[in-house]
Amino acid sequence: MPSPFILDRTSVTQVMAWVLAALLPGIATYVWLFGPGILVTLSLATVTALAAEAAMLKARGYAVKPFLADLSAIVTAWLLALSLPSLAPWWLIVTGTLFAIVVAKHLYGGLGQNIFNPAMVGYAVLIVSFPVQMTHWAGPNELTSVHLTLAQSATVIFGGDMPRATLDAVTMATPLDALRTGLLQQLTVDEVMTHPIFGHYGGVGFEWLAGAFLLGGLLLWALRIISWQVPLAFLAGIWLTAGFLNFFDAGRFGPPWFHLFAPSVMLGAFFIATDPVSGATTPRGKLIFGLGAGFLTMAIRTWGGFPDGVAFAILLMNLCVPLIDQYTQPRIYGGADKEPRA
Amino acid sequence: MSRELFKFKGGVHPPEHKAESTSRPIHAAPLPKKLVIPLRQHIGNPAKPVVEIGERVLKGQMIAAADGYISTAVHASSSGTVTAIDLQPVPHISGLPDLCITIETDGRDEWVAHAPLDYQAMEPSQLRMQLRDLGLAGLGGAVFPSAVKLDPGASHACTTLIINGGECEPWITCDDMLMRHHADEILQGVGIMRHLLGSTEILVGIEDNKPEALDSMRSAAAKLDFAVEVVKVPARYPGGGAKQMIETLTGRQVPSGKLSTDIGIQVFNVGTSYALARAIHHGEPLITRLVTVTGHVLRPQNFEVLIGTPMHTLITLAGDRDGTTGVLMGGPMMGVPMPNLDVPVVKATNCILVKSAELFPPLPKALPCIRCTRCADACPVELQPQELFRFAKAGDFGRAQEYHLFDCIECGCCSYVCPSHIPLVDFYRYAKSEIWAREKDKRAADLARERHEFRQFRQEREKKEKAEKLAAKAQAARAQAALDQAQRAELAAAPAAEGAAVSDTDAKKALIAAALARAQAKKSDAAPKNVDQLTSEQLHQIEEIEARRTKIRELARKPLESEEKKP
Amino acid sequence: MLAAIGVMVLLAVAIGLVLGWSAIRFKVEGNPLAEKIDAILPQTQCGQCGFPGCRPYAEAIAKGEADINQCPPGGEEGVKKLAELLGVEPKPLDEAHGTPKPKSVAFIDEQTCIGCTLCIQACPVDAISGAAKQMHTIIAAECTGCELCLPPCPVDCISMVPIAEDLPHWKWKHPVVMMKKIAETEGA
Repeated sequence: MPSPFILDRTSVTQVMAWVLAALLPGIATYVWLFGPGILVTLSLATVTALAAEAAMLKARGYAVKPFLADLSAIVTAWLLALSLPSLAPWWLIVTGTLFAIVVAKHLYGGLGQNIFNPAMVGYAVLIVSFPVQMTHWAGPNELTSVHLTLAQSATVIFGGDMPRATLDAVTMATPLDALRTGLLQQLTVDEVMTHPIFGHYGGVGFEWLAGAFLLGGLLLWALRIISWQVPLAFLAGIWLTAGFLNFFDAGRFGPPWFHLFAPSVMLGAFFIATDPVSGATTPRGKLIFGLGAGFLTMAIRTWGGFPDGVAFAILLMNLCVPLIDQYTQPRIYGGADKEPRA
Repeated sequence: MSRELFKFKGGVHPPEHKAESTSRPIHAAPLPKKLVIPLRQHIGNPAKPVVEIGERVLKGQMIAAADGYISTAVHASSSGTVTAIDLQPVPHISGLPDLCITIETDGRDEWVAHAPLDYQAMEPSQLRMQLRDLGLAGLGGAVFPSAVKLDPGASHACTTLIINGGECEPWITCDDMLMRHHADEILQGVGIMRHLLGSTEILVGIEDNKPEALDSMRSAAAKLDFAVEVVKVPARYPGGGAKQMIETLTGRQVPSGKLSTDIGIQVFNVGTSYALARAIHHGEPLITRLVTVTGHVLRPQNFEVLIGTPMHTLITLAGDRDGTTGVLMGGPMMGVPMPNLDVPVVKATNCILVKSAELFPPLPKALPCIRCTRCADACPVELQPQELFRFAKAGDFGRAQEYHLFDCIECGCCSYVCPSHIPLVDFYRYAKSEIWAREKDKRAADLARERHEFRQFRQEREKKEKAEKLAAKAQAARAQAALDQAQRAELAAAPAAEGAAVSDTDAKKALIAAALARAQAKKSDAAPKNVDQLTSEQLHQIEEIEARRTKIRELARKPLESEEKKP
Repeated sequence: MLAAIGVMVLLAVAIGLVLGWSAIRFKVEGNPLAEKIDAILPQTQCGQCGFPGCRPYAEAIAKGEADINQCPPGGEEGVKKLAELLGVEPKPLDEAHGTPKPKSVAFIDEQTCIGCTLCIQACPVDAISGAAKQMHTIIAAECTGCELCLPPCPVDCISMVPIAEDLPHWKWKHPVVMMKKIAETEGA
């Protein structure tokens, strides 16, 4: 084997492990503010993802051990689980995870080959196919009268008997849902915002969750596992679009801080849009990718059919990556300032 | 130092491992029994042997001369007898042998006559020729003939001369040791370079992990009658690369595809400068160099080694240990694994790095690229290594070239940081050599096409000329026939040539017969008349002329003969 | 009605003039497609394709009279390139026209050569130097390895010598560290 003969210590496994670690503050906050149900979702998604990954690797003639050890399947599973409603039924979680691992990842060629973020593909499939089940969000403990234990959450998720009334007492519309519904009922933003779910910036509890994801994201950035371009551009894209709309008509469009402090935005900005495999690679490309995803997220939230648009925005931008990369090749050492394009 | 420094993009910080080999003084390696001196030690044409097997040579005697402009001479590193000029293993990654001159040393180490050169009195071009004949080549690693680099050219002046003491590669310390102990001579060499290049600004760049070298060079520079600025630069691999050193010191970048001289900057390694000083002030050709022997050995240190010394003798000197897993020439980032240890030390050998499983654990297996762009962040040339990898792997060499494959300096930073442990540089080397091979094939095909087309054109032309000649002859023959009734036999050819049922070949045969008859007749007529009393010299001349004539005749006959032989 | 016909006729005349003018103005010399095909062919001039040289084969391909898989020296890669140029599916080499061999050059055993010049006439690229009753020799740098000189030699003194790999011709190999390998070596 020719040079170099020494390597830096980082490995894919390490990178993935850090991503998982950076999700922990978010998960802890989730459990603290929304109850332990998310742990069931996370575990189920993890087990499903590992099983699917192992089966696919075997079927494709790859060694199972080194590829399972890269932890990428678990990252996908966790990201999907954190995007799903915390009391989503088990089959929803399994279907989403299977779709993410089998179709979005392995049918595209496995690790490093998928052009779409697998977790977001799983999410998109679920929200398109099962919109009703995708609203089973547990409300923040602060606002709900009933607090489910871990076992109760598991019962809900696995479809066990649970009085309808209890379930209704636990689940709640997310702030984004509430805003959307309110605006559709011709209410102004200020009127909608009187609903108890709205907190200082985002929703009650939700804003803390967003903060926790932000914290984890900053950790990843400090470790240079993600670059600053994508999250910053993504957040800027949302803030600028929301700010512009809000400035225009504060009655019909939510304030920019509210849009920024949704957990899905922080998760998307720091953990999903930064997925290197399906994202842009050049520095300028990353900025365009982030800005585009932010703008599309706001566009879908404002004019689209879904309350949140992070997943679709990122998938749409994934689609543009080859184009973005080709046209944003950086100037090389000693290169001309303007590069001729092929 | 108040000089403003600039930061080149990318780079890595591998563990330095320099202290191991700097704690011991420089030792002169003993004279080996056998020296194997490769003829291709530099970039450009290999040197051409000028000695013969069995010839006794002296230390410093030229044994192979430079062949062309970009080439340099090769010298005997010690006195002895040439025992072979043949293919021998050389320090190259392929393990393929190359042409070498083997010298059995006689232990007397007897110098050839040599004297200092008065370089200031010499014509620059003449001085450069001398340097070429003294075998000077860049000792930083690229081994480019120094005489070529010391030619400022007609149009551009080299205002800035940079002496590179960066030595950024881990483990290697030969430049460091050279600067510590031979700073004066290095700067003498700088004086000669300044003279040849007409530089007005002279900078010595030394990484900050070599404080002793910095001190030594600074105090030596203070004694000079011209200004040399010794600059401390931050240690970062590959800061010792010529282009990176230029950017660090001047903030300027060498345009892609151009040379540093195009922006008025020339860079030399400190070792080259030292060798230049030895060559000019002592008349000594490049037959020795400093080599760091380090890694998995008992006494890591620097040796002054004769070019051609087998590597294993140096490892033995430094104390070989059990558990060696291989030997590199150069450092761990850009070094070349040695196929065996009989290969000689060459001008490019800056370091012999002995590997062990502990120091150099086997590299983990490669995983797929996850496009994390750590490689792009580390690339000092600001390339997109992940894209180059994709194209090289897929064999899409055209796209690889569009993405500036040939700007890659193969420093290894990308492979070093890759979390998937992909040997990226390998893919670039593969793609580059594949592109070169294809270009070579294309040139060969173009040549073949050209030659084939010319041959067809020539055949056409010959056919036409022959037809014309035949027609002319037929005409002549007819005229002859009318005049001379006695040679009726020959007339058979005439109607044949006119196309009267007799084949072309028959006509030709008849013509040849006629021609032969005529020639015979002429020969007897034209007997030489003045050949009675000739000197031996004249006789010899005549013989030569006759020989040439027969040859010409044969040549002239060839087309006809060959026509006949065709089935 | 008449006006419409008139307009159409005028239009036809105008467009026809433009077409005619551009046909003269932008006339392409020769057959550009054959030219492009010829550029891909290896120029061995061996005739294994059944045509007397690379150029005629290129012209035949351009006219659709020959298939793209008749050139063994070009190898599979040559076929692939031709397929790409012509926009057709690549196909395996036609074995009837021979199989690819390692690149070789002809070598004349000078002891045996009788100087008959037959090989000189056979060589498509004039890479053999010599004269009648004189020893012949191959200019190795110009030999394409077409083997056309082998059959005419009456004393069989020409042999094909594969080009040995030496330092200046050495190439880096494709790194063999790829991902599937893990499966083979550590396979679960």
